[in-house]
Amino acid sequence: MRISRRILAGLATASLAITATSCGGGGTSGSFDDTVTVGILHSLSGTMAISESTLVDTEKMAIEEINAAGGVNVGGKSYKIEYIVEDGASDWPTFAEKSKKLIDQDGVPVVFGGWTSASRKAMLPVYESKDAFLYYPIQYEAQECSNNIFYTGATPNQQSEPATDFMYKRSPAAGGDFFLVGSDYVFPRTSNTITKAQVKQLGGKVVGEDYLPLGNTEVAPIISKIKKALPEGGIIINTLNGDQNVAFFKQIQDAGITPSSGYYVMNYSIAEEEISTIGPEFLEGHYGAWNYMMSIDTPASKKFAASFKKRWGADRVVADPQESAYNMVYLWKQAVEDAGTFDDNAVREALVGQKFDAPQGPVEVMPNHHLSQTVRIGEINAEGGFTILEETGVVLPQAWNQKHPSSKGFACDWTDPSKGEKYKL
Amino acid sequence: MELLLDSLFNGVAIGSVLLVAALGLAIVFGLMGVINLAHGELMMLGAYTTYVTQLIFKLPILKPFYNSYILISIFLAFIVSGVVGILLEKTIIRKLYGSPLETLLATWGVSLILQQFVRSVPLAYGTGLVISLLIGLFLPTTFPSKIKESINFKYFKFSSWIFASLTGVLTGSIISSSVSKLSRASARNVDVTAPSWMRGQVEIIGTAFPKTRLMIIVITLISVIAITLFLNQSAWGMRIRAVTQNRQMSDCLGISTEKVDIITFGIGSGLAGVAGVAVSLLGSVGPNVGGNYIVGCFMVVVLGGVGNLLGTVLASFGIGIMTDLIGAGRLLSIWPDMPLPLSNTINFFATTSMARVMIFALIVIFLQFKPTGLFPQKGRMVEN
Repeated sequence: MRISRRILAGLATASLAITATSCGGGGTSGSFDDTVTVGILHSLSGTMAISESTLVDTEKMAIEEINAAGGVNVGGKSYKIEYIVEDGASDWPTFAEKSKKLIDQDGVPVVFGGWTSASRKAMLPVYESKDAFLYYPIQYEAQECSNNIFYTGATPNQQSEPATDFMYKRSPAAGGDFFLVGSDYVFPRTSNTITKAQVKQLGGKVVGEDYLPLGNTEVAPIISKIKKALPEGGIIINTLNGDQNVAFFKQIQDAGITPSSGYYVMNYSIAEEEISTIGPEFLEGHYGAWNYMMSIDTPASKKFAASFKKRWGADRVVADPQESAYNMVYLWKQAVEDAGTFDDNAVREALVGQKFDAPQGPVEVMPNHHLSQTVRIGEINAEGGFTILEETGVVLPQAWNQKHPSSKGFACDWTDPSKGEKYKL
Repeated sequence: MELLLDSLFNGVAIGSVLLVAALGLAIVFGLMGVINLAHGELMMLGAYTTYVTQLIFKLPILKPFYNSYILISIFLAFIVSGVVGILLEKTIIRKLYGSPLETLLATWGVSLILQQFVRSVPLAYGTGLVISLLIGLFLPTTFPSKIKESINFKYFKFSSWIFASLTGVLTGSIISSSVSKLSRASARNVDVTAPSWMRGQVEIIGTAFPKTRLMIIVITLISVIAITLFLNQSAWGMRIRAVTQNRQMSDCLGISTEKVDIITFGIGSGLAGVAGVAVSLLGSVGPNVGGNYIVGCFMVVVLGGVGNLLGTVLASFGIGIMTDLIGAGRLLSIWPDMPLPLSNTINFFATTSMARVMIFALIVIFLQFKPTGLFPQKGRMVEN
């Protein structure tokens, strides 16, 4: 199976090369020795399309930037990156099916793709059985460490843990009680299990917890629970998804649950893109935690935002998931250049330890296939952005969370054959 | 006392959203027996109408009246959804009376078409299209009977459609050029912001109530009263009831059943539009907004007893109060020192997801004993 795929890949590359030369190459491809085709797999239709299409835009931009700078140099030859975009259609089995198509039929050496954990879980067996590679750019609940996936988004200890710490110790509601609200699926439930353990360690109290079924926007019972559990205000940790945030914030404001009356909401799924959809007037004064925020005042961050706006329109914004998608394309490029081949195993080895000056600051690929990143806490302002309040140093990723009861004391290391996916510390 | 009042209010608030959404369906499904899966999308059109009205009222000429846009949009949403409903009845549903499975599939198809329509057509031109439909369908009916009976009536009809489409294109372009947000198609969810007088809370007997919730309760009450009066007091209401009870006999006695069908379906669809306005005040407005309510709507109508408005009203408030009672764990605060196993069970169900499971289970059990709902319809239609 492995060999036939390699041959297919070779054939595909060769046929592309032939097409390129037989077509006369055109203006730019003349300066390249060859081409390499990568796969991009996100939802372009269905409910996730709004979010995931921004990643496709970012990945295309990163690829164009790399091509403009001379492409990928592997083994002394310069390769132009071409891409095949496939639509996962917000349907998890489709993600698996399209992955198979990209690997077997198109012979791509790498697939950049996914958003929801459900789509990743559906794709994982495909990449493991074919020993192919997926780069996954979204902040997620971790508790997973595959040899065939590189995770460039934050793990809970790179987002929710510093955020909970901030809320309990240094926010205006410091020392207050916690109420946890989330959509009813794997990320909020895992994230809240970790938060509950952490709050207990800090000496605080979680006084309530509720999950809204996906698609449901009736939040009246949750509001009465919050009012009962936190009569004098407190800390609300929000992991609701997409539209449900609009219903939640509209209705809690009407019910008087606002920063001015002592309720502060920390959000893990609201970035610049979502703020503009929900409306800053409902979110002002609440908080968010991310690795990247558009308001980071560094040349790298400004350049990233400016080139995205230049490429896709002045009204567009960049947010954490996009930055993560941007980083992963560059990290892949560096790794294949270092490996001197597109071969999976060599690239996998070369990727660990790659450093990149990302828009958020320096990141590095760790042996557990996750990135070391900087964490930022921001207050949402009236302009629809974040005012950055705090910035941690570089935080190492924990694929197996040290506060979650099921994974405490475990870690992941793919560089050491004796350790692997899950070993006891 | 305060607790009871709060709980009752919450139950009524949740119930009134269900009721306003199900009211149109109670008429279409209850009185006509049409399983309309596009009901949710008619609600969606109402919600989008609110959004468009809001943006148009932000234009300089209409700015002084901005605060009243929500009242006007209730009226407009009724018309927009009603007109689309009438078109749907005239083109598709009429041919499928008596074949529920085909109706179900056809209306489901319509619901997909409507969802894709708002995704891929700029709202300005969507508005233009609705305006031309409105003129095209109703202009011919205003002609004097002399013209209507003449042999050349089809030419008059045809020319009124030409006039209608021209007006539609014109309004579409005017709106598109003056409101930039409506000139581009977008799959993104949009947001309706309630005018300032409707935001915040009012205090009644020491308890604070959100104003938007009160507004929805008022909208629901007015809709229920209006539709009850219409069905029971007006001549057309009597004809509708007559056709519901015995279609063939009514036809023999000279009631135009065709007209009755159009009016019934139009009113049912229009009420879905009104529900759309109410729903837009709670969450965001998007192509999928209707789909979230459709199951709840059918649940309410079936539980209440098909064809009975009072049943629909009681069923929705019943479900609303139960949702709040179970979902917010109210029983615990009413009886704080209940035995541990019982309080653990209640706590287990005291989340929104579990409350939903519990309510569905209760409804299923209830329907085992009373399969025709709270108030089963009596009459010939049921006996057949």
